[in-house]
This record gives sequence, structure tokens and C-alpha cells, in this order.
Amino acid sequence: MEIVIHIVTVLVVLFVVLNIAAGLIWVERRLLALWQDRYGPNRVGPLGLMQVAADTIKLFFKEDWVPPFADKGVFILAPAIVMLTVLMSFTVLPFAPGMQITDLNIGLLFVLAMSSLGVYSVVLGGWSSDNKYSLLGGLRAAAQMLGYEVFMGLALMGVVLMAGSFSLRAIVDAQSKMWFIVPQFVGFVLFLIAGAAEMRRLPFDIPEAESELVAGFHSEYSGMKFGMFFVGEYVGVVLISALISILFLGGWHGPLLPPIVWFLIKMFAFIAFFILLRAGLPRPRFDQLMSWGWKIMLPLALANLLVTGAIVLAVK
Amino acid sequence: MDAVWPIGLYFVLVVLLIGAMLVGSYVLGQRHDDRATGSPYEGGIVSEGSARVRFSARYYLIAMFFVVFDLEAVFIFSWAVAAKEVGWPGYWEIVIFIGVLVATLAYLWRLGALDWSGEPRRRREGKAMPQKL
Repeated sequence: MEIVIHIVTVLVVLFVVLNIAAGLIWVERRLLALWQDRYGPNRVGPLGLMQVAADTIKLFFKEDWVPPFADKGVFILAPAIVMLTVLMSFTVLPFAPGMQITDLNIGLLFVLAMSSLGVYSVVLGGWSSDNKYSLLGGLRAAAQMLGYEVFMGLALMGVVLMAGSFSLRAIVDAQSKMWFIVPQFVGFVLFLIAGAAEMRRLPFDIPEAESELVAGFHSEYSGMKFGMFFVGEYVGVVLISALISILFLGGWHGPLLPPIVWFLIKMFAFIAFFILLRAGLPRPRFDQLMSWGWKIMLPLALANLLVTGAIVLAVK
Repeated sequence: MDAVWPIGLYFVLVVLLIGAMLVGSYVLGQRHDDRATGSPYEGGIVSEGSARVRFSARYYLIAMFFVVFDLEAVFIFSWAVAAKEVGWPGYWEIVIFIGVLVATLAYLWRLGALDWSGEPRRRREGKAMPQKL
């Protein structure tokens, strides 16, 4: 019986995550259209909902082109890495009591490790394409993601300090009285920015800035390999939103409604926020992004950690 | 701690899914071969030379900073999870540790290693600066 529950959980999580990510493509286009005073996709099916299915079918029938000048093995591997790493992170997330694939005692480190491995996909994709724009995009992605990786981890250590554990379930349990967004507001803001940069979301999509670099590291990708980069990005948005809800907004905690509903409400609020960011902000210059990270975010994350540590010890 | 094998199952499923997507796209996709099919797409301009070029060392520097700072972050991680147990002695030790980290950052900053503008580093008159990076 135990085994059946585990298997069902695995299947449900994978199925729901992939469908939310696919649905996000429609949500994002509709919301952007709303904020830009136009309709967005509204022809295929009710409210344009079948647009995603149409796009998927189209991508499958597009030419699956591997450039003759590319490093073929690496070229095919790169989109697989992005999907694999970003999907693997969901194995340790607690969605509701009992609704979790596995609660690792190093859960948070596992998520950070997976996001570090994700850097390989863009770097290898950009390099193996043997296209100058791809190379530039790949190198930018490497510098950006490596830089923001450092503060992303450090910004979360305040939460770990207060919960005393890396286990995500323990972190959620520690927030039954007060959500960590209150004592850890600085950490929350830092993680929000670092998360958007790590997932290369607008306004931090400098590695694929289409007005400068064609499509950056995935210029040469077509068909479903391009689709996999796309899915990877949207799953990444879901991941970061889910992580913020779990780490700073008490995960499934909330009055009246069932836990899973609270979790989804919080997660979708952040997803909508990330789309609003895309609609509202221009892209920074690359040197601005890098100096912002190293000169402001890193010292702030360290200061936040020291202050939190002193307060936690003093209160104890 | 829960059973770990569901992660293995999940991993296998994801790998199968990725494989199916790659193979499906390969089998279903159209194929064509025109005059410019086999050339890199650079916004319509005829491509000149290979992309295997030597590139600015700034990117290499960031990777080095990452190794340095992320390794130090690992030590901070291990303190964060045990902070309540090691108490104030542990806190003062991590203060010293982070102090060294901040000093390193300040040194790099002063060296100009964090500036991306591409201009040569501003050299102050009459003051010997460390070796240029």
C-alpha cells in the first residue's frame, strides 16, 4: 500500500508540474496581453486555452535540425540537462502534509545543487552551437548564473538558521506561528531577485536578449529541443514560485482552506508577479547586472546572515 | 527521513520523457536541404569564420570568484544549520570568517575586478596599485 502511494505521488507531481508549466505559456501570453491592452491568444479553443496543445504539436513537426557545424553530442545533451535538473528539484518540495515525493534532510541543498547543475545546459548549449551569438549568450549566462548562485544560497541561510534544518518540511513546520517573510524580509527580497536571475527570467534574460543576440544561447535550436529550453524556463518559474512560498510564506499554512489550496494560491501569486515583472521592467545592462550582484547583493546577504544569527542566539 | 527510492523512480520517468521528446521530434520533424540550411543563423548576415574564438578573460574571472565565494558559502551553510548548537563561540568564529570574505571582496572591488565597463582601470596618481588583472 505504502509503495502504491509513493508511485501515485511521483506520477501526480510530474504530471501536474508539467501541465502547470505548459499552461503557464498561455497564462503568460494572456496576462501580458491584458497589461499591454491587447487580446493575446484567443482563437484556439475556449479563451485560446488549446493554444498550448497547438504549439506543442507544431513543435513536434518542425524540423529537428542539428547544425552540421555543431558539436552534435553536446548540442543534443544541453536541452536534456535543463529539463532534467529543473524537474528533479520538485522531488524534495513539500506541497501539502503527506504530499511530497521524499523529504530529504538536505532538501534545500539538493535544490541549490540542481540549480547549479542547470548552468551546464546553457553554457554547453551556447558553446556547442558554434554560433557567435550563442557563444556570447552562453558566456553571459555562465557569468550571470554563477554570480547569482552565490547570493541565492546565502540569502536562504537566514531561513535555515531560524528553522535549524535543511529539510524543507521542517522549514515549513517551523513557520506554523509566523511566516519567515516577516523576520527574513531582506532574505526574501534577495532570493526573489536572485531566483529571477538564476532562471534567466525577464528582466534578467540577458543571455538570450533577442534585441542583441538573436536568441542567445538557443539561437540554433529548433523543434522540440527549443521546446525543451522553453519548458525548462517555465518549470523554472514554477519552481522558484513554489520555493518562495515554502521558504518564506509558510508553504501550506493558512486558515480555513485545505493546505494544498493555500500552497497553490501562494505559488500562483508569485507566478503572476514574475509575469508582471516581465511586463513592467526593462532589461538592465550586463555590467549593471554583474556589479549589482557582487557589490550590493553579496554584502547585503552576508550582513543579513550575521544579524539574523545574532538575534537568533540572543533570543535563545 | 522518508524512503529515497521514489526520487529514483521520478528520475527514470523524467529521463524517459526527455528521451521520448527527443526521439519523437526527430521522427516526426520534416527535413529539407536548401542552399543556406547548413550555415549558422546570424540574423541574416552571411557568417564569417568560426565561433571558436578566444574570448575576454572577464568571464573566466567570474568563474574563479564563483569557486572562491561558493566554497566559502559552503562553510557558512554548515554553520547556519548548526548555529543554535555552537552558540556564541561559533558565532564569533563565523564573524571572523565572513570578515575575511568581505575583506577579499573589498580587495577585488578596489582592484577593479568587479568592473565590467571595459575601460582600463582608473589608476590613482602617485599610488602603486596591485598588478593589473
